[in-house]
Amino acid sequence: MRKAFDEIWGLSAGEAPRHGFEALAQWIAQTSPQELDRRQQTAEAAFRQLGITFAVYGEDEAAERIIPFDIVPRIFSAAEWQGLKTGLEQRVEAINAFLADVYGPRRIIKDGVIPADLVLANPQFRPQVAGVRPPHGVYAHICGIDMVRTGPDQFYVLEDNARTPSGVSYMLENREAMIRLCPELFEMFAVEPVDDYTDLLLSTLRSVAPQGRGGAPVCVLLTPGHLNSAFYEHSFLADAMGIELVEAADLEVDDDIVWMRTIDGRVRVDVIYRRLDDDFLDPLVFRADSMLGVPGLMMAYLAGNVTLANAPGSGIADDKAIYSYMPEIVRYYTGAEAKLPNVETWRCREAQALRYTLDHLEELVVKLVDGSGGYGMLVGPTASRGEIERFRAALKAEPYRYIAQPTLALSTVPTLTEQGIAPRHVDFRPFCLTGADGIRIVPGGLTRVALREGSLVVNSSQGGGTKDSLVLSDRPCRADRSSRATLRGGRD
Amino acid sequence: MLSRTAASLYWLGRYIERAEFTARLIEATIRLDLLSARPAGDGAWESALAVVNAEDDFWFTGDPVAPETVTAYLALSGDNPSSIRSCLDAARGNAKSVRTALTREAWEAINRAWLGVRGCKPSGGTEATLAMVERLKAEARGFEGALHRMLRNEASFFVRLGAAIERADNTARLIDVKYHLLLPGNEKVGGPIDRDQWTTILHTVSAVTAYRWLYREGLQPGNVVDLLVLRPEMPRSIAASADEVVLLLNSIARRLERQGEADRMARVRQIMLGRCTVNGIVTSGLHEFLHGFIAENARLDQAIGQQFRFH
Repeated sequence: MRKAFDEIWGLSAGEAPRHGFEALAQWIAQTSPQELDRRQQTAEAAFRQLGITFAVYGEDEAAERIIPFDIVPRIFSAAEWQGLKTGLEQRVEAINAFLADVYGPRRIIKDGVIPADLVLANPQFRPQVAGVRPPHGVYAHICGIDMVRTGPDQFYVLEDNARTPSGVSYMLENREAMIRLCPELFEMFAVEPVDDYTDLLLSTLRSVAPQGRGGAPVCVLLTPGHLNSAFYEHSFLADAMGIELVEAADLEVDDDIVWMRTIDGRVRVDVIYRRLDDDFLDPLVFRADSMLGVPGLMMAYLAGNVTLANAPGSGIADDKAIYSYMPEIVRYYTGAEAKLPNVETWRCREAQALRYTLDHLEELVVKLVDGSGGYGMLVGPTASRGEIERFRAALKAEPYRYIAQPTLALSTVPTLTEQGIAPRHVDFRPFCLTGADGIRIVPGGLTRVALREGSLVVNSSQGGGTKDSLVLSDRPCRADRSSRATLRGGRD
Repeated sequence: MLSRTAASLYWLGRYIERAEFTARLIEATIRLDLLSARPAGDGAWESALAVVNAEDDFWFTGDPVAPETVTAYLALSGDNPSSIRSCLDAARGNAKSVRTALTREAWEAINRAWLGVRGCKPSGGTEATLAMVERLKAEARGFEGALHRMLRNEASFFVRLGAAIERADNTARLIDVKYHLLLPGNEKVGGPIDRDQWTTILHTVSAVTAYRWLYREGLQPGNVVDLLVLRPEMPRSIAASADEVVLLLNSIARRLERQGEADRMARVRQIMLGRCTVNGIVTSGLHEFLHGFIAENARLDQAIGQQFRFH
């Protein structure tokens, strides 16, 4: 595999930091690994005490883990972030336009840009909501766009999460920890704040409330319950927004209106930020065996009496087969080329792409279009002969179920390891909010880091950790403060 | 506030109180056992089971009644839904699902108590048991302290309401068992065993010193009943718990600007208790009185659930 680009050192292998990253390189060099380790452990102890845990499915309920936190931050320059931001805005705008189209006039299919079967026969397509415009026309209110980087200006979108993306609580808690444990970094750099995310989220939710109801809209966060792996995040967000954290049993639908049961009688609900998959939302419409859903919820939604964020059916926009058409989708709806490119993708349903894939299996990553979490995936460079042959047979039998992508040399960021500071591969998930009044993106996101040397797998269930992601402001930083901070950073 | 949140907080209060009471019961029983000449010692463990209404369930485990087995059953058994460990599991589960309604301090006290009991083994011996009881009492105090530093809103009211209802139930059971089950047939009322047993009851509710302050004439069963049933200044007495329930329901009603059946029942109960005298209770039968009270308390619990839509 090609040599990975390091976000601080470029390709210089530790010889010379990239322009603009000298101060961070110096901070890393001057702060001893022991000191960094002490701070990192303080942060992790605080996370454990706060109960910032995630449950690992299939293990004892008591087996709650914290996601490892790495103390060395990742930094984006103001210019880098500006580029990402405009690209993200364009992308989520296109995603919402696409959803409104496929559940509406379906122009994109009629114009032959996307094959009809890919949309209409897709398990993520929900015919139940076809023809129904959600309040204010917004479908994907909260998107988490997974990005990877391979060079100074080479950012790629790996996946669009348009259902119920999680991880934003780590963005916020990591920042809190960094401000407490490494205050000198915030004196050295002018860092854009992320802590207004929850305010922006609440404004977004309020902006999409059904029209015609007086007073402030009542928003709630619907969680599957405290056994869910992301429950901490659900309670964190509800708390920060000052809205009720409800489970299905707290809601009832009467005459197509959603109510929550309180000690003071029932209260009408206008907006539901649901952290529950479509399948479980309403046993009368989706999975009948769902105990987590609210019977009648979809009727209330279809009647326009409640807003669901994200709207049911949004999943069609982040399907892997649809993903491969995102450049066309962006061009179709915005009239411009996608500012954030996709990772090059071969759709094996197309004869030429299939031929290429079969010829290059050793160097490609092959994915099931409807798989997730690393299941049903072939990583060519590390796969055994047998695995490759198994995929070859599967590809020939059902080519339409697969896509193939090149194995990318993901960028690295210096990370604290047992052997001191060493480069580790990272990805990035910024969070994009779309309300009736526009798109809001806080300058930051969740950086996930593969803690094992050479590993490209950043998933928390497989040994991944997180880092704070600092976006620098282009406001000038006061020189005297930064020089003082450098001195402080040098103390050990 | 969501009804489910209120229910979780209420049950959280009940479970913590129950765990603490069970811990105190074990401690007092160990003391009684060590002080007494056998067979009163064995009787101590049988009555401990009777207090928490677990004789039948314990019998089904097939274990003989002995200090180790009963202690393990009351403290750590997963088969016993009211064991300290089960209570703390349930309390923590409730706390976790309403984590945001609690302060960090309150949550940490519960979590620490839960972690402390999780690591305990049944084979630890008396010393280990007493150490666990001590730790648990300290955590329960910490939780109570944290609770008093929470906002005076529905969240803290519901936790305390659950605790008050549970406390009334526990105290009533404690007295009831002493009055009827304990004394070996050939023992005299007022004899040394009888005395030890009354002292144990006072120990269970941390009232030995309080008793001496209030009653100068030495240990008299009538006085113990007076202290634990009727004295409003005794925090664990039935009367004090009944007062507290009224107070807490009032606080909730003030915030919701309405009252209901539970408020009415709680006030009636408070008035009735105010009219009782020890002589009256003993004459018409302490057991009947306590039995009636426990049933009444359960009805009040139901009414609270109904009024605030717990189910």
